[in-house]
Amino acid sequence: MTAPADHQTHSASATGTASDASDSDASDSVYDEDYDEGRVYHVSGQDWDEVVTAAVGGDDRSGDERMVVNMGPQHPSTHGVLRLVVTLDGETVTELRPVIGYLHTGIEKNMEFRTWTQGVTFCTRMDYLSPLFNETAYCLAVEKLLGITAEIPDRATVIRVLLMELNRIGSHLTAVGTMGLELGATTVFIYGMREREKTLDLLELITGLRMNHAFIRPGGVAQDLPAGALERLREYVRIMPGLLGEIRALFDAAPVFLARTRDIAYLDVTGCMSLGVTGPILRATGLPWDLRKSQPYCGYETYDFDVPVQTSADAFGRYLVRMDELDQSLRIIGQCVDRLAESAGQPVMIGDAKIGWPAKLALGPDGLGNSPDHIAHIMSQSMEALIHHFKLVTEGFRVPAGQVYAAVESPRGELGCHAVSDGGTRPYRVHFRDPSFTNLQSVSVMCEGGMIADIIAAVSSIDPVMGGVDR
Amino acid sequence: MTERNDQAPGSPAEGSTAVPDPAALAGRERLAEQVARTGMFGTLTTGDTSGYGGLEVRRPPRISSPRPYGSYFDEVADNLGVALAADGSSFGAAVEQVVVANGDLTFYVRREQLRAVAAKLRDEPTLAFEMCLGVSGVHYPFEPGEELRAVYHLLSITHNRRLRVEVTAPDSDPHVPSLVDVYPTCDFHERETWDFFGLIFDGHPALTRIEMPDDWRGHPQRKDYPLGGIPVEYRGATIPPPDERRAYE
Repeated sequence: MTAPADHQTHSASATGTASDASDSDASDSVYDEDYDEGRVYHVSGQDWDEVVTAAVGGDDRSGDERMVVNMGPQHPSTHGVLRLVVTLDGETVTELRPVIGYLHTGIEKNMEFRTWTQGVTFCTRMDYLSPLFNETAYCLAVEKLLGITAEIPDRATVIRVLLMELNRIGSHLTAVGTMGLELGATTVFIYGMREREKTLDLLELITGLRMNHAFIRPGGVAQDLPAGALERLREYVRIMPGLLGEIRALFDAAPVFLARTRDIAYLDVTGCMSLGVTGPILRATGLPWDLRKSQPYCGYETYDFDVPVQTSADAFGRYLVRMDELDQSLRIIGQCVDRLAESAGQPVMIGDAKIGWPAKLALGPDGLGNSPDHIAHIMSQSMEALIHHFKLVTEGFRVPAGQVYAAVESPRGELGCHAVSDGGTRPYRVHFRDPSFTNLQSVSVMCEGGMIADIIAAVSSIDPVMGGVDR
Repeated sequence: MTERNDQAPGSPAEGSTAVPDPAALAGRERLAEQVARTGMFGTLTTGDTSGYGGLEVRRPPRISSPRPYGSYFDEVADNLGVALAADGSSFGAAVEQVVVANGDLTFYVRREQLRAVAAKLRDEPTLAFEMCLGVSGVHYPFEPGEELRAVYHLLSITHNRRLRVEVTAPDSDPHVPSLVDVYPTCDFHERETWDFFGLIFDGHPALTRIEMPDDWRGHPQRKDYPLGGIPVEYRGATIPPPDERRAYE
């Protein structure tokens, strides 16, 4: 937006009283003159001096430092398209309202028009930093509705856990890295992205994509690990602790970082409970609530790991929780690798041919994954198998009527999937309880009464992902 | 509005002297239910060639799950009953149906009792559902009198339990009491449900749209709201938008 020569576009309503404004109809303004929203400044860069001069007493309103500032939706430190309407008294935040919806894509509505299996392709795009958690939450819900939770092959479950923990590392590294960037530590951001890239390389090796994988499907996973994956994973687990240590060496005791995050964005356990806040924010208050421990799914009860906790309930505590969780995720990945080495060759998709798509894929001449045995079977051996394959892929499978709620511990907290079926081949309603959406409500409580600069620390410590917030 | 059976199946009907044939009773109950689909495959576009075109499949009757519910579910129901009785209410007056399915416990709460039940669920130490995981709306246009549903998922960290509370409202009176003062986290969630389903939460401090633009018309997640979309042309063939493609219902 270009700055108008006169910054006081609403001068009629701003300087006059309400009755004045209603009398001055002759101005032919496109604005609603009755609505006194005060003076509007169009800030377009390099004109901050003019704004400040005008705000602190360039006119008869001198002394009134109350100011309403829109942060976002296009501000780099607002994690995508978050808009914060901030009322300031000087530099103190007196009121803060988050405004969301800029990234609403209607994923839940779209899923009602696709088969249950196709739903994975949609929900993976919600929280784009933790796509594999979206897929898992959805698939666990579908499997619960189908009543096949116990029939999912062990190897598929271990691959799911492996992918989720890799994804958690990638997500936390982004959270910590962008937190550094927003607070001025660009090196931490570069380190975080560099380490995340190693994680994404592994995800690409296993699933074929860096994000939006659609790899975890109802009944199992899309295909088995490629050759050489375990060696790459072992190497990853070996080198990562040192690389994470580099980030910690930069951040853990950095005076500027400590000054900007310690005792900032405080939210205690009572606040978390009433606002429904989960994940690292809750664990930074001292409550070791982690669904992987308290309500295990995907066999997490059989893995050896700890739930990191801090008691400071501030932005720094959340950073420490995330860094400690990275170490725990590496521990789990190491255990997954051992199990996968033992279970090589076992199925990764449910045996029930009415649900499971062919999962023994090989690279076809067209560059896509194909199952040569399956193609040979349906194309030249069995007409019935061809019909069945056609129906399974185009029509999909039926899911018994009912509703379920399945939850996983995503990097940001409890990611729940409320799936309703009417007995058909498509979801009747799928709703995702996204942790970012819920956690974002707490930004007002964290920021009001504090300084405007602390908003940045607060938002980055919440780590909201707008794709998940708006869905 | 279809009546729900407050009694567990198998319990004798009160006031009847002659013991009625249970099979006939069950049959009458089934016939009172709505027709869920007709024909063998429920096809709408082409004729039903199966020979079962006249078949009427009725919705299964809504019956409460029989006791014992299993797991911790009985304890939750009993404790809620005790807590409500202390206020002169009762479990039967507040909860019209209990469903145990897929390992989840669902209370269908009468909407005028929702706030009282939620307050008890949160405050009573034996229940202690401290955390609400939000509201999920569902629209059932084919169930007259209870088209709109608000589904609350509650979590007790103290007891490590989950509970689902479901409330219904008719399309003609889409009002449900707000739970924001019991669970402040419902603020965003209720706004979302209002935005997507048109369900009005009475008592919400600022029930405005949250995902859709403020001046949007309609509530997109309702079943009578079209998905929208345009036909896509690819290599000469045209593919209709998803909601107009042939579906296997």
